[in-house]
Amino acid sequence: MTKEEIREAVLQILEDIAPDEDLSDLKDDISFREQLELDSMDFLDIVMELRRQYRVNIPEEDYPALDSMSSTIEYLAPRMTDIQK
Amino acid sequence: MFTEERIVITGVGLTAPNGNSLSEFRDALLTGKSGIQNYEIRYFGKTIAGICDYDPLKYQTKKEIRRGTRAGSIGIYCAQEAVADAKIDWENVDKSRVGVYVGTTEHGNVETENEIYEISKYNYDTSTWTHHHNPRTVANNPAGEITLNMHITGPHYCLGAACAAGNAGLIQGIQMLRLGECDLALCGGVSESIHTFGIFAAFNSQGALATHEDPTKASRPLDVNRNGIVISEGGCLFTLERLSDALARNAKIYAEVVGYAINSDATDFVLPNPHRQAECIRLALKKAHLSPSDIHLVNLHATGTGMGDSQECAALRDVFADCPNTYFNGTKSLIGHAMGASGALELAGNLPSFSDNICHPMTNIDELDPKCQLNNLIINTPKKMADVRYILNNSFGMLGINSVVIVKKYE
Repeated sequence: MTKEEIREAVLQILEDIAPDEDLSDLKDDISFREQLELDSMDFLDIVMELRRQYRVNIPEEDYPALDSMSSTIEYLAPRMTDIQK
Repeated sequence: MFTEERIVITGVGLTAPNGNSLSEFRDALLTGKSGIQNYEIRYFGKTIAGICDYDPLKYQTKKEIRRGTRAGSIGIYCAQEAVADAKIDWENVDKSRVGVYVGTTEHGNVETENEIYEISKYNYDTSTWTHHHNPRTVANNPAGEITLNMHITGPHYCLGAACAAGNAGLIQGIQMLRLGECDLALCGGVSESIHTFGIFAAFNSQGALATHEDPTKASRPLDVNRNGIVISEGGCLFTLERLSDALARNAKIYAEVVGYAINSDATDFVLPNPHRQAECIRLALKKAHLSPSDIHLVNLHATGTGMGDSQECAALRDVFADCPNTYFNGTKSLIGHAMGASGALELAGNLPSFSDNICHPMTNIDELDPKCQLNNLIINTPKKMADVRYILNNSFGMLGINSVVIVKKYE
C-alpha cells in the first residue's frame, strides 16, 4: 500500500471508531488527541482494526507512533508495503 | 438506617415494541396495537420478535452506542425518560445519592455471539477478539452504562432474576430507599435478548417458541392454540422516591408500592410450580396488609406456553377463589415477552388505570383454554372498572424464581 492508501485506510478506521467527529479538517501533523476525542480504548480500536484488516501487529511499546496521522503513516509504511489494497 | 416510609413511583421511562413512552404504550394496549414483527437473526433464520424503535441518539452519541450494548442503550433511554417524566431537577440532584438497579434475564450472550462471529472472519484467531468484550459483558453493564451517561455516582448494579427481573429491580429500589442507601432509585428492567440467536434456538429446542403466519397473532397467552413465547426487547425504569421527598418537591405520584415478594420453587429448572407462585402472591399480600379480595386487577405473567399459563392460572384460582371484584389481564399478547423488562413494562402499562379506571385486555384469545379459566378475565376489549385502587403484578422466571409487586393508587 502507498502512503496515500495507508492514510485512507487509517481515516476509514477513525470514521468507524469516532463516528461523531468531523474528520474533513484533520491535520496530519497534529496529534490525534489534540483534534479528536479519543481515549485509550479508541487507540486500542485502531490497533485492533489494523490487525484485523491488514494483519499488522503493533506491539505496545510502539503505540506512541500512532500519535498523529503523519507519525502513523511513517510507522505503518514499511510494514504495509507488501499489502495489496 | 431502616425506615418503613412509604415508597412511591414518580416517573416512568420505557420503550416497548409498541410504544416509546407510557402514553404511547398505554394507547397501544387499549387499541390493540401489536409490536410483534417478522424478524431474522444470524444462524437461526426467520422468526418473530418484538422490536423497539426508540431513538438511541436522543440521549447517546454514535460513539457511545458503538462502544456500549443494546441493553445499555435501552437502559439509558429509559432512565433519561423516567427522570424527565418525573420532572426532577437533574442538574441539582446529588448524583451520589442516586441508585441504579436494573433487572436482566441474561446479559452478555449478545456480545459474546457477536464477537465469536467477528473472529470467525479471521480464522478464529483470538488476537482479533475485541478489548470491548469485557466492559460489554460484565453483569453490571446496562446499569453501569446508565451511570456513565447520566454522571450518577451512587450505587449501580444489575439483578439477574430471569423473567422475574423487572419486578426484582423495582423491589431492590424500594429496599435501598428504605435502607437509606439512596434518595432516588432508578429501577426496573431491560432486555436485549432478541439480538442473541441462542435464546430463539433454545426456546425452539424446548418446543416453546411461538410461530404463526401472522406475527401479530403469534403471542396468544391463555388461548387454547397458543404455541409458545414471542421474544421481545424492551425496557422500563421507574423513578422511586420516599413519599416525603416526593411530596416535598410536589411530584406527580403514579402509585405507591405497598407490597412485594420474591420466593423460589426449588423444584425444576424450567417448569413452574403453582404452589410456590401462590405462596409468593400471599407473601406480597401479607406484606401489604391486604386480603386477595382487596386487589382490583392482577396482571398475569402468562407468556403463551402450554404449561406456564395453565399453572399460573391454577395459582390464581387458588389465591383469588372468592374475589368477585378482582379482574385479570395480561400484556404479552401485544408486546411479546420482554424478558427482564417484562415485569416493569407490564406494571407500567397498568398504572394509568388508577387515573381512568380502564384496564387493557389480553388479546389474541379466540378460544380460551379451559385450563386457563379465571373469573373476570379481561379479554379482547378494554374494561371500564368501577374503581381501581390496587394492582398486583406477577413476574416469574426460570430456575423457579417468582416475584410479585402490589401497587396502590395514591390517595
